[in-house]
Amino acid sequence: MVAAVACEKVEKQYTKGKEIVEVLAGIDLSIEHGEFLALMGPSGSGKTTLLNLIGGLDQPSAGSIFVSGKNLTEMKAKALAKWRSENVGFVFQFYNLLPVLTAQRNVELPLLLTNLSRKQRQKNAATALEIVGLQDRAKHKPSELSGGQQQRVAIARAIVADPSLLVCDEPTGDLDRETADQILGLLQTLNKDHGKTIIMVTHDPRAADRAEHILYMDKGKLVSGSGVAV
Amino acid sequence: MKLFGLVWANLFRKPTRTILTLLSVAIAFLLFILLRSISAAFDSGLDVSATERLVVVAKYSQIDRLPFSQKQQILSIEGVDGITHTTWFGGIYQEPKNFFAKFPVDPLSYFDLHPELTLVPSNALQRFSQERTAAVVDIGLAEEYGWSIGDVIPIISDIYLRNDGSRAWEFELVGTFSENGESQNFPLFLFHYEYFNESVAFGRDQVSNWQLRLNQPDRADEIAQLVDALFENSPDPTKTASEDEFNRQFARQLGDMGFITTMIMSAVFFTIVLLTGNTMAQALRERIPELAVLKTLGFTDQTIFLVVLGEAVLLCVVGALLGIAGGFVIGPGLSAGLSGVFGSFEVVPVTALEALVCSLVIGVVIGLAPAISAQRLTIVDALRS
Ligand SMILES: Nc1ncnc2c1ncn2[C@@H]1O[C@H](COP(=O)(O)OP(=O)(O)OP(=O)(O)O)[C@@H](O)[C@H]1O
Ligand SMILES: [Mg+2]
Repeated sequence: MVAAVACEKVEKQYTKGKEIVEVLAGIDLSIEHGEFLALMGPSGSGKTTLLNLIGGLDQPSAGSIFVSGKNLTEMKAKALAKWRSENVGFVFQFYNLLPVLTAQRNVELPLLLTNLSRKQRQKNAATALEIVGLQDRAKHKPSELSGGQQQRVAIARAIVADPSLLVCDEPTGDLDRETADQILGLLQTLNKDHGKTIIMVTHDPRAADRAEHILYMDKGKLVSGSGVAV
Repeated sequence: MKLFGLVWANLFRKPTRTILTLLSVAIAFLLFILLRSISAAFDSGLDVSATERLVVVAKYSQIDRLPFSQKQQILSIEGVDGITHTTWFGGIYQEPKNFFAKFPVDPLSYFDLHPELTLVPSNALQRFSQERTAAVVDIGLAEEYGWSIGDVIPIISDIYLRNDGSRAWEFELVGTFSENGESQNFPLFLFHYEYFNESVAFGRDQVSNWQLRLNQPDRADEIAQLVDALFENSPDPTKTASEDEFNRQFARQLGDMGFITTMIMSAVFFTIVLLTGNTMAQALRERIPELAVLKTLGFTDQTIFLVVLGEAVLLCVVGALLGIAGGFVIGPGLSAGLSGVFGSFEVVPVTALEALVCSLVIGVVIGLAPAISAQRLTIVDALRS
């Protein structure tokens, strides 16, 4: 069976003026289906950059990235956008909900790109909100929700199109201990009961403990850990 | 279409800002509708003028009168095929604000030279020419003042005194006239010149202008010169021009409406583009992270382009619709109030359509720059900011 995610000699450079910044220096990585992986490391080590590449938000400078056998590095922007909408869910530190839309409509957003009927879209969004335990807040705007609730809405939005992969960049970075624990519990449920492969960047060792494996990054390289670093 | 909800919701991110912008767009288009309608009324007045008609007025002032004796001399010029005349009477119907022009005319020659006018009922022209106190009026005037055939219409003259020292005149309405069923831009009240001429205590045997029909329209310029040459050295020198030219001069005296309209609207729309454009650019900056999220979720660059452009267009079109609606509501009242100044004007669907097209174009102009920068936004950079 092909890996959920496979990175081969992935490099990423940015040019700042004349200077070339080496952000990822040859990443080799394989993640199995149904894994819950935490990615840790100092600030600026390239965690977000790697996550964005795996999620198909950007292209590496060199190397290849396969997700469920699909080579992302060969895809054009438009095809990649469509692929993202069907295969990846994103959760960010600052929730990134659209403030003008209700929770329900925020969750429906990814479904606007599908052929689902309006009724079906509403039904699926309601189901996703139910999974994160917010069915009674469907009509609220983000500004009327707490941070933890907003993050739940963001998670509902990430899973509503039923992708197999969730990428989460410091999903609890802006939450207090207790709320963070609830969100982590939710991610664990999605991993165990719904079979989602999850990659989570975090600075918090207690959060990382909830994952099955932890990978460490430093200066654009994977350094050690119990993940299947090749 | 599924995205319409998103575009619509975005407009109400800052309700106060949106409402203020909508209002300014709406007012601009209200102005557009009203000015267009007024200047269209002017243009149509110019269009209908038959080119083969010449108008002869006193050389130095249109207030001066011309002697009736000129008629035969003008008719003797080759190429002049018919002649009629109108005379400024002034006069008040009930109140000074009921303004419309009242002309004593020669019934048969007047309607002979104005074939574009249709009289009803069928015996109207016969009665008008035979009954001394008969009058015919523009169909719009009859409607406005609720006159019907057989009504006696009292007019108080403010210029002319009657033989018996009074200023009261009474006319019996015997018919109405229209141009293809429509009221004229300068609706007229016409009565018998002979009755007028016999009744006035002064100013007899004089008219304000002669109107000539030519059977050789291509000689119009030459004939005009011949007429003026005829009276050059008489006590009553004349100035002759085509009816078009005459109307144009008249319109020019009131200001070149078309030009003024264009100038005002250009200034207004320029301001709108600047203001709304600035608002849109500002709104876009606030939303960079959101647009990045939409792209993250799989919305393509093209879709994002359309969403942002759609917002600008929607803002302008909704504003324009409000303005257009306002125009249809205010227009009729304003037209009635200003009819003495401009003639009556009407807000027509074509003008509304023009406004709508205009708003689409302005929406695109305003939305294009923000839409392009939204399209170019790269996700990772936007998410970092
Ligand atoms: N678009 C860019 N242009 C220039 N440099 C960039 C760009 N994106 C990232 N970098 C640089 O790449 C390095 C890694 O950034 P990245 O965001 O991946 O770090 P991170 O491990 O996620 O850090 P943090 O824990 O603070 O989020 C940083 O030094 C950053 O300045
Ligand atoms: Mg980061």
